[in-house]
Formats: sequence, C-alpha cells, structure tokens
Amino acid sequence: MEIKVLGPGCANCHTMEQLAKKAVKELGIDAKIEKVSEIQEIMRYTMSTPGLVINGKLKHSGKPLPSLEKVKELIKAEV
Amino acid sequence: MLKEAASFITYDFLKLGHGSRLAGTIEFFGYDTAKIFLLLSVIIFIVSVIRSYFPPERTKKILSHKKEFIGNILAALLGIVTPFCSCSAVPLFIGFVEAGVPLGVTFSFLISSPMINEVAVVLLWGLFGWKIAAIYMGTGLLVAIFSGFMIGKLKLEKWVEDYVYQIRTGAGQEVFNQTFRERLQYARWNTADILKRVWLFVIIAIGIGGFIHGYVPQDFLTHYAGNGNPFAVPIAVAIGIPLYSNAAGVIPIVYALMEKGLSMGTVLAFMMAVTALSLPEMIILRKVLKPRMLGVFVGIMTVTIIAVGYLFNAIL
Repeated sequence: MEIKVLGPGCANCHTMEQLAKKAVKELGIDAKIEKVSEIQEIMRYTMSTPGLVINGKLKHSGKPLPSLEKVKELIKAEV
Repeated sequence: MLKEAASFITYDFLKLGHGSRLAGTIEFFGYDTAKIFLLLSVIIFIVSVIRSYFPPERTKKILSHKKEFIGNILAALLGIVTPFCSCSAVPLFIGFVEAGVPLGVTFSFLISSPMINEVAVVLLWGLFGWKIAAIYMGTGLLVAIFSGFMIGKLKLEKWVEDYVYQIRTGAGQEVFNQTFRERLQYARWNTADILKRVWLFVIIAIGIGGFIHGYVPQDFLTHYAGNGNPFAVPIAVAIGIPLYSNAAGVIPIVYALMEKGLSMGTVLAFMMAVTALSLPEMIILRKVLKPRMLGVFVGIMTVTIIAVGYLFNAIL
C-alpha cells in the first residue's frame, strides 16, 4: 500500500503525517508513507492541504484533520 | 446571570470586602472572562457548522468566472467562512486562478480570510462592544473588496509567476460530503481546538483590562502615535506590517494600545496591518507572485488600511 501525505510543511501537515504513521502501525499493515511537499505534485490531487492519498486516490483534504479512527477506516477500506 | 455568579465568587466565596480595589478587579475579571469564553464557544461553534458547508473547493466553484466587483464582494464574504490552513495559501491561489476565478477576486478572498474571523470579531465584541466589532468587520470587508478590485483593474496577470498558469490540476477535486452529525462533530472539535489555541491570549487581554486599567502611564507610543500626531495611523500601520500574529494574539496588544490612549482608528488599522500583512505571508505568496506584484499588493493594502484608520479617527 502506498500512502502520501500532501502538504508544504506546516503544523497540520505534520500532524497528518503522524496520524497516518500511527494508523498504519496500529493496523499492523505494510505501507509506504511518503511526504509530498512539492506544489505541482500536491496540485495533482487537491488544493486544500493537508491531504491524504491512499493508493493514488485522494481520501481526505483540508481542515479539519480526520480523527485517528477515521484514518484507520480509510486505510482499511483500501487494504 | 454571569454578573451574579462573578459577584458571588468574589464576595461570598473568596470573602472579599465590598468596595476594595482587589475585589472590584476580581469581579470584573471573572465576569469578563466568563462572558468572553461563553461568547467564543457559542459563536465558534455556529461558525464552524456554517464553515463545513463552504470547503475551498465549493468556494472556488462559486467564484469562478464571476464578474468583478460582485465577485470581489462574494469573495470577501466567503473569505470569512471558508476554512483553510495557512499552508494552503499557495495551492489555493493556483487552484482559484486555474478555475477561472479573476485575479482581483482571488485577492479579495486571500485578504479577508486572515483579517476577519469569528475569533477576532468575538474578542472585539467582548472587550470593546458590538459597535467596534461591527466596524472592524465592515471595514475589513471594505479593505478586502477594494484592494482586490484595484488589483483586478490594474490587470496584473502577467506579474503572476508563469508556472501558475501551466499547472493543470488532476481529477479528484471533489467535495467530500458530510452528514449533519459529522458537521456537528467537526464543529465541536473545531471549537475546542480554537479555544485551546487562544485561551491564553484572551486571558492576557482581559488581564490587561482588569489589572493595568488606570495604572499605565502615557509613554513613548502615545507620544509619537497619539491623537495629536497626524502621522499616528501610518506609523501604527508601518509597525504592524512586518509583525505577524493571528487575530487572537494581537488582541492583548490592541487592548494595551487603547489603554495607552491611542485612538480607535489607529488601533484598528494596526490590527488589520498585523493580521492581513506579514513577512511570512509575503514569503509564501512570493512563490506565486513576481516581486513587482507583491509590491503592488502590499502598497494597495497599506494605503487602504491607512485610509480606514484616518476615516475612523475622523468619525469616532
């Protein structure tokens, strides 16, 4: 599984990355988490950061951030 | 009811004597704190629910290909209710331009958003009364509408970085639909989150009102930027531009400046300069704007904010 966290690097983007890592760890699945901060790449998916892309599909964008439970659900749905 | 609770705590619970300065201060502090936090909680909650209906993607759709002027007004209003993370300014700018939102209209949105928000309005309301809050909101909108309109009239599209026009956003710009229950959940979460971030500033602001009231001597700032000085407004704005703070953070300073005898117009202009213009924001916007465009943006904003300051000093 491929997970991308989209964001130029503010506090919210950082939190989103932590959420994704924690969710993956708690679910015990094998996933590659990549932080994307390049604007062109971000804009392929969304204009409201922070964004969460799972297997190439945008699953969340903008504020408010999803809860840890919600992130787990989103990941589980793609397993 | 809050007043009664404040005096109960002051006189019956803490057993402080009537008429003492300490008792008066504590009563005032308790009442103001309770009032402002109650207002903040209720209004942030309501605004959060409204916000959940205006994600940036929808706002973009509403504004795309809008005529100027009407577009500027709508953009300034949507700037108040559209939630976005400060780190989104660049992708948002590109997204708007790509969707055919006129440049000036995009600016009206970007200007009103940090300047006017529920926290700023509630704090002004609680500390200075609803009239000042309404004036700040009204003129903030005017500044956003006018500055954006001017930028549109100047036809500065060529001064936007070229790559902005080349980016083609992919599919998947969809709005994630939420149930009403989810909106309420978000609102509750958001209210708690904002309160967590601003409570200290609010306490400091109220503290300045409660404890320093009447004790602060006239000093440097009042001397140079006080009522008698015709350059008070430009000086306050010039000091405010490089400073960066959100609306909550600037409120204690605003309160202190008022206590030191600066006039309302000067203080409101200062607050607008701090929230709407800042070095970090300019560094972010530099990624999409050529230096000349950035200069024009700052210039127009500065002149407009100074004009607003003079206007208030004249009529208030």
